[in-house]
Amino acid sequence: MRQTPMAERVALAVRDLAVQFGSEQGVVRALDGVSFDLHAGRTLGIVGESGCGKSVTARSILRLIERPGIISGGRLLLDPGTAEETDLAALNPDSRQMRAVRGGRIGLIFQEPMTSLSVHYTVGNQLVEAVRQHSTASAAEARARAIELLREVGIPRPETRVDAYPFELSGGLRQRVGIAMALAGDPDIVIADEPTTALDVTTQAQILTLLKRLQAQKNISLMLITHDMGVIAEMADEVAVMYLGRVVEFAPVRELFAAPRHPYTRALLRAVPSILATPRQRLSTIGGAVPHPGLRPTGCAFHPRCGERIGAVCMERIPAPVPPGQAGASCFLEEVVAA
Amino acid sequence: MNVLEVQDLRKHYPIRAGLLRREVGRVRAVDGVSFHIARGETLALVGESGCGKTTVSRCILRALTPSSGAIRFTPGEGREVDLATLPKRQMRPLRRHIQMIFQDPYASLNPRMMVGDIITEPLKVNGVPAAERRERLMELLDLVQMPPAARSRFPHAFSGGQRQRIGIARALALHPQLVVADEPVSALDVSVQAQIINLLLDLQDRLGLSMLFVAHDLSVVRHVSDRVAVMYVGRIVEIAPTDALYRAPLHPYTEALLAAVPAPDPTRQQRREAARGEVADPANPPPGCAFHPRCPYAVERCRVDRPELTATESGRWVSCHRARELDLAGVG
Repeated sequence: MRQTPMAERVALAVRDLAVQFGSEQGVVRALDGVSFDLHAGRTLGIVGESGCGKSVTARSILRLIERPGIISGGRLLLDPGTAEETDLAALNPDSRQMRAVRGGRIGLIFQEPMTSLSVHYTVGNQLVEAVRQHSTASAAEARARAIELLREVGIPRPETRVDAYPFELSGGLRQRVGIAMALAGDPDIVIADEPTTALDVTTQAQILTLLKRLQAQKNISLMLITHDMGVIAEMADEVAVMYLGRVVEFAPVRELFAAPRHPYTRALLRAVPSILATPRQRLSTIGGAVPHPGLRPTGCAFHPRCGERIGAVCMERIPAPVPPGQAGASCFLEEVVAA
Repeated sequence: MNVLEVQDLRKHYPIRAGLLRREVGRVRAVDGVSFHIARGETLALVGESGCGKTTVSRCILRALTPSSGAIRFTPGEGREVDLATLPKRQMRPLRRHIQMIFQDPYASLNPRMMVGDIITEPLKVNGVPAAERRERLMELLDLVQMPPAARSRFPHAFSGGQRQRIGIARALALHPQLVVADEPVSALDVSVQAQIINLLLDLQDRLGLSMLFVAHDLSVVRHVSDRVAVMYVGRIVEIAPTDALYRAPLHPYTEALLAAVPAPDPTRQQRREAARGEVADPANPPPGCAFHPRCPYAVERCRVDRPELTATESGRWVSCHRARELDLAGVG
């Protein structure tokens, strides 16, 4: 694991975050007490299957949750423990302060770059606007900065590409523009939500390499959301594994793969198809499927699918969450070990 | 014996422009593809988007009419038909022998039909009596590990993985000679994906299925296929038995694809000389070898002379001028 003098500085602390969506059928708890630290200059991988809450976590941090969803509890602390500590959860999503954070302090890279790009404007127009929103640059300065950003993300001939429309670019180039958009406000935190899921494998490799290079150059704290254990293994320093709106395990990446502590992590790792498989190799499976967040099982939410269930305790009680700042699993087996 | 032999298959789309809609160019979506599938064998067709793999599968199903080439299909002993030139009318009785498993289990099942009716519809269309249909339905549900009670419920009651099982049961209802599976697990979550991969492996063993497995995920392909054909810009660049292809690729594009896949092992030093640049445009492919602008081993000949898919001494097929001299890196 990389050790840098600044490694222990926490850029963003998420504490007991709860998000719920109201519907006619009742309240769905999409996030139910999520806590973790994003360390400055490091990559935190957030992994889980669909419905685990990883994207909701990202959108909550940027205050992009829309009705009927609300943040019903918890804190989102930017620069925790410093004089500038700010609780994003307490801000008005439309406030000037939150708008300055969104795209300024915290950049966002989407799975589908067209989410952050308009079809009606050139790449340059949009980058210039993003640059000027977060600085006092003149139009000419902003255009120069836009070209510079395109060069930084590895777009060939940025002086001409700056006047292209997004639809004129390939998927890989569009995602590079998406990354340039995220960097336009010169953020120190970047949240990337499945940034390579829509891309082909050779393009994915290029984008991952680019993200690594930019992160190191700019000392960015990167929160990388993915369902792909391969991407996690390659990119992350630390990993939060989520299941049904909770962090079930938090660990440095090598520990997570070498000695996973939560039965869900263990099962998930065994279920991943491998490029190193032997012919006709079968996979270990997890029975059943991820339940709908509105049909959360009692006790530990993973207990109906868990092969290592201890007994009644798993069905009746909710295991303690992983304390932020520590590696561990939210599982009663963990408590048995500790006792 | 081969259930399918595809020879020099082409599917071109004209690009028209101007007042007279004159043809000004062609998109060579599939441009001279040849391969075979032996009875009981699973051949994977892999490549990145736009490489033509789905167009090939759609030609075999005759959802598209090929521009040229032959698709020789052997539905039973001693019978052989060329699907490429067959009039649509004569295609109809053959459809029961070639079935499809779709990518999206949410879009491919009729939400207004009960699961039992969905699975037995192909039997009904082919005039199987009701009593026999009921019996076959129970067999099929058992085969895909679904409870008998599932038959009287609607698709929305089931998860993605269960729906994919229903789709597989429907595809197998008529004992097809060939199954074409287009990205059958790519829309599924990891834990469910593993269940379906195991199910496909079981079905291959139990039923001796012959399958064309179209996929972009090289990890999944390594688990389920006997041989792999790698496509790039409308052509096959390499065909080999699965393990040989992964351990010792012969085409630089295969090497680049394998190197690009992130392995779920943080201690493994990632080799990251993945192909530079982007996939070529099939409307305007580079001269010579279509991969040469991205190939780290390209020489002058590669820029002018298009390589053909040729057999090597070891019985593998590769389309690269330098295949003999290069020593390429595989995985595991």
